[in-house]
Amino acid sequence: MIRPAPHLAAGARHAGWQEAGTLPRLLPAGFAAGPATLAEHRARYGPEPAPPRSHPDRLRLIGEVERAGLTGRGGAHFPTARKLAAVAAGPDPVVIANGTEGEPASAKDKILLARSPHLVLDGAAFAAGLIGAREAYLVVHHSVRDLVDEAVAERGRAGRVRFRVVTAADRFVAGEASAVVHWIERGVPAPLPRPPRLADQGLGGRPTLVQNVETLAHLAFIGRHGAGWFRALGTEAEPGTMLVTILGAVREPCVAEIAVGTPLQEVLGLAGGVSGPVQAVLLGGYSGHWAGPDALARPFSAAGLARLGASVGAGLIVALPTDVCGLAETARVARYLADESAGQCGPCLFGLDAVAGELARLADGHPASLATLHRWLGQVDGRGACAHPDGAVRMIASALRVFASEAEQHAQGWCCGTAGTPVLPVPPRRAR
Amino acid sequence: MSGLVLRVDPIACDGRGLCAEALPELITLDDWGFPVIQPGGVPAALAGEARETVRICPKLALRLDRGTDHG
Repeated sequence: MIRPAPHLAAGARHAGWQEAGTLPRLLPAGFAAGPATLAEHRARYGPEPAPPRSHPDRLRLIGEVERAGLTGRGGAHFPTARKLAAVAAGPDPVVIANGTEGEPASAKDKILLARSPHLVLDGAAFAAGLIGAREAYLVVHHSVRDLVDEAVAERGRAGRVRFRVVTAADRFVAGEASAVVHWIERGVPAPLPRPPRLADQGLGGRPTLVQNVETLAHLAFIGRHGAGWFRALGTEAEPGTMLVTILGAVREPCVAEIAVGTPLQEVLGLAGGVSGPVQAVLLGGYSGHWAGPDALARPFSAAGLARLGASVGAGLIVALPTDVCGLAETARVARYLADESAGQCGPCLFGLDAVAGELARLADGHPASLATLHRWLGQVDGRGACAHPDGAVRMIASALRVFASEAEQHAQGWCCGTAGTPVLPVPPRRAR
Repeated sequence: MSGLVLRVDPIACDGRGLCAEALPELITLDDWGFPVIQPGGVPAALAGEARETVRICPKLALRLDRGTDHG
């Protein structure tokens, strides 16, 4: 299990931490390991944000969220206020706090739920108040299910909101918003056809707000302190902080909280700094982008990474050491992503499998066609009901750019990789 | 332009391929036999054929939407 960064785990005094421009916000510094109890939580963060009392009050607070500029921290970075407004318009809405985190390399949602479960509950209850919901589902990774159950039991009912805890499906696509709804409804962790939008007809046909658990934790702060406080960190265009998972060629792999726009080199410093030369970084997640070492000088923000064709995604940062083959790493992850297709859409089911096969041949030094690979990537992109195939295509296409010279070497039977241990975690293959 | 756009529901689609035979002007098949809709919407001259193609899809996976490619 990945640990929180050392600067979050101990040392920092919490008195005065609520000043607007200080870190950390989400992960409680100065507490022993284990979740903050409700009493500790209230002592630290103050009482829960007051729910809106009237419809105009609701609109005013949704306006405050809009001014804060909070976006979805699950990876898509959609403006939270727009989702709130869309769902608030309908009858009998419901909130789903999404802590599925099916990404095998990412640990930030699990760490957040394990350390600050009450912050997520505050955010879910506050979101429910904003849209007029009486029910909030918490869909959480099995490793933190018990901790979340205990936190919910500690609170009883928070005002009018009833919490229901569900163990998430441990699959890569299970965290996609409609797949979470499908999972709760029928135990099927696969995306639903759209339209309709979840905001119109989601869980049981009700208007449904699906928000990542970290997004809700930020929302709990906006509810307490307002938009100005939230915007005191981060950039003008991308305000606030975000959790990142830092892996690979760093001394202490960890989950850390950063102001959006912090230079990548500085972010790696939170993980003890690099443990050796870095040849490339994987940014955002397994549906993210590979970038060369020049990325380390860039700010970790959408604006800072746009020039590299990359984005912050769900905050995964993997530094690839020079003795590990990026092509072989990508081929392993491509196989995993192909296997994780929900199998509903032909181009994803057959196309990703074909792509993963060709990439494996390329990485193994067997005859493989780059032209075929590129044609298939083009044919798979945008062809599914969800963005799973698009994300896989994006990551693989970026690897073919960043590791272009390795691809040529592999075709000649050479490989740059000398270290035997892989860097990107992938679970063992399932029987299909 | 007819102002119509052909769309495939990729979950419902089984790759039977009738659509590509009925309307090769607008629908081709990828390497695995699944339909790829040509971008740019349905020309007015093909609106009738497009409606017929939607009707014959055995999986009811094809539909005609009013609007643009991006809508």
